[in-house]
Order: sequence, then C-alpha cells, then structure tokens
Amino acid sequence: MSNPLLANVVTPEVLWWALIPVILLSAGGMLLLTVASVVRRLSDVVPQAWTVVTGLAVLVASVPMWNEVRSGGPRSYLGGMVAVDGSTVLVTAMLAAAVVATALLARPYLAREDLPGVELYVLLMLSAAGGVVMASADDLIVLFLGLEILSIAVYVLAALHLRRIESQEAALKYFVLGAFASAFLLYGMALLYGATGSTRLALIAEHLSSVVLLDDGMLLAGIALLLVGLAFKVAAVPFHAWTPDVYQGAPSPVVAWMAAGVKAAGFAAMVRVLVVALGTHASDWSPAVAVLAGLSVVVGASVAVLQTDVRRMLAYSSIAHAGFLLLGVQAADARGTAAVYAYLVVYTLLATGSFAVLTVMGGPGDSAHSLDDYRGLARRRPALAGAFTILLLGQAGVPFTGGFVAKLGVLAAAVEGRGYWVAGVAMLAAAIAAFVYLRILVAMYLEDGYLEDAGDTGDTGDTGDAEGTGDTGVPLGARVVIGVSCVSVLAIGIVPGPLMDLARDAVPVLVGG
Amino acid sequence: MGTFLMASSTGVPFAVLPALIVVPALGALLVICLPRRRPELLKLVAVTTSVIVGAMSVWLMKGFDATHGAEMQFTSQADWISDLGIQWLLGIDGISLFLVVLTGVLFPIALLAVDPGHDDRAYYAWLLVLEAGVMGVFCALDLVVFFLFFEVVLVPMYFLIGRWGHGNRAYAATKFFLYTMAGSALMLVGILAVAFLHADATGTSVTFDLVAIAEAQAIDTNAARWIFAAFALAFAVKVPIFPLHTWLPDAHTEAPTAGSVILAGVLLKLGTYGFLRFGLYLFPEASHFFAPVFLTLGVVGIVYGAVVATMQRDLKRLVAYSSVAHLGFIVLGTFSLNTEGIEGGLLQMVNHGVSTGALFLLVGMIYERRHTRQIDELGGLQKSAPVMAAVFTVVMLSSIGLPGLNGFVGEFLVLVGAFNAHRWFAVVAAGGVILAALYLLWAYQRVFHGPAEGDNAEMPDLKLREGLVLAPLLALIVFMGVYPKPVIERMEPAVDALVAHIEEHVDGFHEPTSRFGADIDLADDHADEGDDH
Repeated sequence: MSNPLLANVVTPEVLWWALIPVILLSAGGMLLLTVASVVRRLSDVVPQAWTVVTGLAVLVASVPMWNEVRSGGPRSYLGGMVAVDGSTVLVTAMLAAAVVATALLARPYLAREDLPGVELYVLLMLSAAGGVVMASADDLIVLFLGLEILSIAVYVLAALHLRRIESQEAALKYFVLGAFASAFLLYGMALLYGATGSTRLALIAEHLSSVVLLDDGMLLAGIALLLVGLAFKVAAVPFHAWTPDVYQGAPSPVVAWMAAGVKAAGFAAMVRVLVVALGTHASDWSPAVAVLAGLSVVVGASVAVLQTDVRRMLAYSSIAHAGFLLLGVQAADARGTAAVYAYLVVYTLLATGSFAVLTVMGGPGDSAHSLDDYRGLARRRPALAGAFTILLLGQAGVPFTGGFVAKLGVLAAAVEGRGYWVAGVAMLAAAIAAFVYLRILVAMYLEDGYLEDAGDTGDTGDTGDAEGTGDTGVPLGARVVIGVSCVSVLAIGIVPGPLMDLARDAVPVLVGG
Repeated sequence: MGTFLMASSTGVPFAVLPALIVVPALGALLVICLPRRRPELLKLVAVTTSVIVGAMSVWLMKGFDATHGAEMQFTSQADWISDLGIQWLLGIDGISLFLVVLTGVLFPIALLAVDPGHDDRAYYAWLLVLEAGVMGVFCALDLVVFFLFFEVVLVPMYFLIGRWGHGNRAYAATKFFLYTMAGSALMLVGILAVAFLHADATGTSVTFDLVAIAEAQAIDTNAARWIFAAFALAFAVKVPIFPLHTWLPDAHTEAPTAGSVILAGVLLKLGTYGFLRFGLYLFPEASHFFAPVFLTLGVVGIVYGAVVATMQRDLKRLVAYSSVAHLGFIVLGTFSLNTEGIEGGLLQMVNHGVSTGALFLLVGMIYERRHTRQIDELGGLQKSAPVMAAVFTVVMLSSIGLPGLNGFVGEFLVLVGAFNAHRWFAVVAAGGVILAALYLLWAYQRVFHGPAEGDNAEMPDLKLREGLVLAPLLALIVFMGVYPKPVIERMEPAVDALVAHIEEHVDGFHEPTSRFGADIDLADDHADEGDDH
C-alpha cells in the first residue's frame, strides 16, 4: 500500500464461505454454458449430472455454513449489503434441493419432448443463484438484483417448450406481469428510501425505531407498493392472475421449480423486508397481509374446485398455500416466521413431488393433464397413484403428513396473535381445498369402472403386471424425486420436532447495523 | 419415542396404550409388505393383529383400577413438538375405557365377518390404520394429538367406503370426508385458541394438556363459549346430530359391511365421546349454557330418525336412520348433565356399537345371499333361515331396548337423567322408544315373516363362521343386559367426577336430586333388575 490515496480506502469484508452457494451455482451455470457451446456433441447426461452435482455440492456446503452461523451468529458482509443467517442457509439448501429435483425431472422430459438439452440446466442454476442472493440480501438493491436474476431466468424457462404455443403464451404473460411487479417493487423501494434515507435493511429498521415520523405517507405508500410487488411474486390474490396460465403452459419440470424454488425465494424476501426491516411498523402492514392471506386461501381453494385440468388445480392450490404462508407472515413475530420456514420446507417437498408426478403423467406433448387422464390410475400404475395420494393428502393437511405440521405452525402463529378470523377462514378454505384433492383421488381410485376391471380379470388382474407396466413408465429420476418427497413428507408428519427446531433456528435476525 | 414406549405409571411391564395404537399401525405396514396374491395370508395377519389388540384392550378392563376410575390410568407421555408444548399424552379413565374395549372387540369381528372381494391387501391395511386411529382418539389426552387422530380416521374410512362400497360409493365417500373435515376445520383453531388463552391467563408456557387446561378453567366465559361452539360443530357432525346428519345414511348404506359396522359401532362414538371429554369436561360452563340446544336437537334426532327409519325401503338405510335416533338418546343423556344421564349415554354408546354393529352384520349377510336389501323383495326368511331369524330377533330387541337386554339399561338411565333435568324432553324421547319398536318390528315382520317366494325360500341359513362372528356380540347383548355392574362400576367414578366438575364450575348449577326419591345406587339396582328377567 505505497499509494497514500489508497490507505484510507476500506475494502469491504468478504465472507467467502458465505458466498460459496452463489459462486457454485453461477459459475456452474456459466461453465456448463461455455462447455456446451464448445463441445459439439455433448451427451444429454452430462448437463444433467453437472447440475445435480452442483446442487448437491451447495446442499453439502450448507451444512458447515449452518454450523458456522449457529456458532458464530449471523453476520453482515460486503459493506452491509449481504448477510448470512439461519434463514439464508435454510432457503439456500431448499433451493439447492429444488435444483437437484428439477434437474432429475428435466432430462427424461427433454428427451420425451425432443427439446435441446443445455439451456434449461444453465437457466435453472442461474435462477437458483438469484434466489440465493434474495435470501441473503441485507439491502433493498441487492434484493432487487436477486429477484431479477431469478425472474429473468424463469421467464425464459417458461418459454422453453418451443413447439407448444401455451408455453410461449405462459412465458409472455409471466414476463409482462412480472415486469409490472418489478416496477411496483422498485417504486416501493424508492419511496422507502425517501422515507428512511437508506436502502439497507438494518439502517431502515434503525431509523424507524428511533425516529417518529410525523408524516408517514411516503413510508406507507412504499410499504404498500413493496407488498404489491412481493405479492405478485408469491402469487397471492388479487395478484395471482398469471399463476394458472403459467403453471398450465410452462414445461412441467419448470413448474416444479417455480412452485418450489421461486416461491421459497419470494417468501424469504418478503420475510426479510416486512418482518425484519419493517417489523416496527407491523401494525401497518400486518392487516393488509392478513387480508391477502384470507383472499388467497378462499379464492385459491374455491376456484381450484372448478378446474378440470390437474395442473390448473394445483396452480390454484398453490395460491391457497401462499395464503397459508401469508398467515404466518402476518403474525409478524418469531413464531410466525419460523412457521413460514417450516411450511416452505414442507411445501417445497410437496410441490416438487406433485409436479414430478405431473411431469410423468403429462405424456408426449405434455398435455395429458385433464382429470380424465387420471381415471383409473390406481389400476394402471398403483405405485404412482399411491405416491400421488400421499402427496395430495399432504397438501390437504391430513394428520401424520408434513402438510398438517406446516398448517398447524402457521395457524398457531395466527391464533397466538389473536388472528382468529383469518385462521378460521383459512381452515374453512382448507376444507374446500380438500375437495380438490379428493376429486383427483376419486378419479384415480374410484372411477373408470374400477370394480368392473377387477371383476373381468379376477385375481390375476390384481398382480404385479399392472405395477410393472406402471413403474417402467416412470423414469428413474422422477422415481427418486417422488420417493424422496413422499418419504420426507411422511417422516416430517410423524416426527416433526427436528423440522420445527430447524425452522426456529432459521428465524432471520437483523444484522449489520 | 423410546421412553414413550417404555414408560408406564401403573407398573405394567409395557406401555399398553401406545401399543394399542402402534400394533395395528405396524400390522398395516406388515400387510402392505405381504404378497398381494395371498388373500388368506393377508387376512390371517390382519385378524391376528386385531385379535392381539382386542386382547390387550380386554386385559385393560382387568388391569383397570375401578376404585380410581376417575383418574387417568395407564398414562404415558413423550414430547412431540416441544416448541408448541404438544406431547403424546395418553391415558384412559372410566369414560374412555369401554370405548377402547368396544373398539378392540369390534375390529376382529368386522375383519373376520366379511371378505373384501378385491384388493384385499389395501383393504386390510386401511382397516388396521383405522383401528390405530380410533384407538388414538380414545386414548389421547393432548388436544392436538386428539385432533390428529380425530382427523386421520377420515382417510381410511374414505377409502373403505369409496373402494369397497356399493352403488353410489364415490359420492358417499366424498360427502363423508368433506362433511367431517369441514366440521372439524374450526376445531383446530379452537384448540389453538384454548391453549394460548390458557397460557395467557395462567402465565404458564403453552400446553395442550387436556387435564391441565380443564382443571384450571382459566379462560374467560365468553371466549370459552365461542371455542366450545367450534368444538361442538366438529362433534355434532361426527355424531351426527340433526340437522347435520345427512352424510350418515349415504355413508352407512354405501359402505361395505365391515365399514358400516365400524362406522356405526365406533366412529360415531368419536363425536359423543368428544362431547363428554372435550365439551363437558373442558368447557363445563359453555356446555351448560348450550345444553338446551343440544337437548332439543337430541330429541328431534330421536323422533326424526325413528320416523324416517319407518319410511325406508332399504333395510340398511333403515338401520342407518335408527342410528340417528339412538345417537339422539346419547346426546340427550350427555346434556342432561347429571350422573344418570351421562352414564346412560356412555352405556348407550357401547350398546349401540354392539347391537347396531350386529344388525349391520346381519344385513350384510342377507345381502350376500340375496343381493338385495330392499325390504319389498325379501320376505319369509324365517322359514329358510330360522337361526338367522332368531339372532336377528335378539339383536333387534336389544336395539329397541327390551328389558333384560343391554339396550334397556342405557335407555332407561338416559330417560331417568333427562327426566330429572328436563321432564318434557324425557317424555318426548320416551315416545321415540315406542317408534323404535314400530320400525324395527315392522321391518322384521316384512323381512322374516310372511310367505317365502323364489330365492327367499332357498336362502341358506347362518354358516358356522358367521355364527361364531355373531356369538360374542350376542353374549355381550345378554350379559350387559342382565349384569351391567362390572361396566357401570368402572364408569361411575369418572362420571361422578365429571358431574362434580361441572357443578363446581357452573354458577348456580346443581345436579338435580333424583325425583325417584333417594339417590339410586345404579350399579346394584340394575343388576337386580336384570335378574328378574
């Protein structure tokens, strides 16, 4: 440092270990893109294997990161722009798991649909990197950056099925509405900056807790716009209109990623901004979030009932799930936040599993998604139908599945905060949603001359043949994804303690004031 | 979980209540792992499992300390979600003991009685899962764990009705699931509210321990009434109480025979048991406040169920509607809020399980032979199947409440209790007894008497297997009618304690003194009465 001018420059502290997931995911994506453009004939196994390995590496890396955060406490780095805490690591791990699952589903899908192979994996890893940035943002600008990295990659992913017009339509809708949402979000951030003088979450919180705003109009407008932008991203009513079309049109593995990964990142961002930075003004935003929650569960559940396309059903049910998650957010306390993370873990499992089943069921052209296509599935593919049953019952929140534990957590948070009405509305909506899942179960088990079939073939029809033909139709990757999600959903349902502890330890804290 | 399975307060070598839940669950797992082409092996495993569970539950009666019937016995505890203070808290007292025994006895019978005909493996697995769930409901002493089991029984029952049922089974199964799930939706909110309000009021950490919350009675009256309403809705759908009963005839009629037996025998009791344990005990004041509503609905159910049963042309539907009437009696007794009424209601729960279970078995046997349940198409069966007719007579008379059989004791106690509390309700309800005689005797007459034509004349009589299945139920019907003392003496301390609990926590409420003069010593009294017949 001979130059005297540089002596006063403080280089920001960099916690390299905390950056490992972002580095792995973005470098992995770039590297894959480079290799694929140089090597002419790349086997389609390579990109998949590469993505799975990268995802697993992030997953493995999150274990020492978690321990480090637990022992050394959460901390902020890069000049207070980025933080690492329990929630960062947990969401990172969830995203990594979702990347692995999506990659496992993608290859058979691409082969079946005869689509070019590399872009999906590259975009997947890049969007995951964006998600990790969102989960570790300690500053509104970084948050926005992460969101855009995530979103832009997903816009393209939605359009990946070149020959399906629905896929193109979905991508365009998603892009236009997503761009609007980003604009709202950005405007909200600008207003928030105007009201508090900072974009750093810690400084915003400090300012709001030490200064009494006489005229808080700008702050409230900023919060409102932020809320609109985030509600778009997590698909909460009334900002949900894009969801059913996009879920129906986008390639099935991409939908799995959107349902699991994008939602998790969106909620991580929402919790960071609302609960952590704006926690002092919870009385301003919490009622609004409660209204969003109530609307989402009711509209999501009741409109799902009217659908005949299973993907649209699950799209609306994901809106209802977003409502349940908001139930935890509106509680605006540690219990609520922990419940949100527990719910997210369970929902990630349920969503990837369910959309894995849909990917398998979609058949050539990815179009066999009507309820009719599920008729008599229990007879044709008993194992697949059984797994889907577990996942659907989990989504319905039946006891001894993770779904129940997740719902119990957010409800407890809502009730503790005296949110009886919204909790009651949510439970009634859950009963309506149960009807949706039952319709699928009825189609699988009780329709299409189920008994008559059995009668015709007698006992021999009820043998391994049916199971055999069913199972050979399910690619290995999908089997792994479905199997793992089913087993974890049941395990969490029976022994929920570890997940609850994990979620409690992951509650984000304000660092880097 | 380790300590959970080992620990037991009563010096029993193993924790028997967790075993009641875990053994059938493991049995179900084992069944799933067996080859699907061996129905006889599947049945053997399923029946063996349920017989083991049944034996354990009957053994509970022996191990149960009748002199401390009001205390929770065989308790065991383990943490489940420590963050929320939710724990596996199991235990039984004189109120739940007989429901556990009833469950233990009815399942092997239902399993033995009928073969599913197709998909045996799934059928037996679901039935065992159902048994685990029901046992869990009756043993749970933690509100959330209770809810857990209360809800989970829907799934196996849904599949049993839907996959092995008759006719309109998908509709019936879906209706059953949605009705009960919607009914209990608000109960979970109520459970959470009760725990957090209790924690606030007492300054303790959150707990869902039933006994702790109920004994403290720390929640403010108005809140308790709202929460009671949320609980009551769930139980009222499950019982079912008129006018929430419409799922019942469909579910009962379309369910396979074993499903109907379990549904009527055990599952409906989840609601009435819920009222006793999580209504009266947890919210004595609110129960007293709302009692007139339930007394009225109970009586309406008795009369309505009886009248509608009279109109039925389908024998199984007739029995289903008779359940509505019988459960009206149970509700009437329960909300009389005095010892006779509650004890009678409790006794009726067991009686109804035994006699209606037997009726459904008999109807199922008739259907298997004649492939119809239409009363018009049957007739004169007494000539071709005299033994079946005799068995049917006994079961029917028990259901009507003939003195000397089990139905009488319970009905009589309910009427005494209702009379002491609210005279006119008892008067109307007594009319229901006459109606029960009307519809059952009339149905019997049309099915078993008269000329036998066509297939009716050649209907085979009971087979040995069927006789063996029915024999224990018949024995119970006669035994409990003649000598109810062993049952009543185990129930009585718990019921007395419950009534005392209500008196203590409801201002100005006292159990009305018996209008029959001195307080009757129930146990001995009915023992004598039975001996006369």
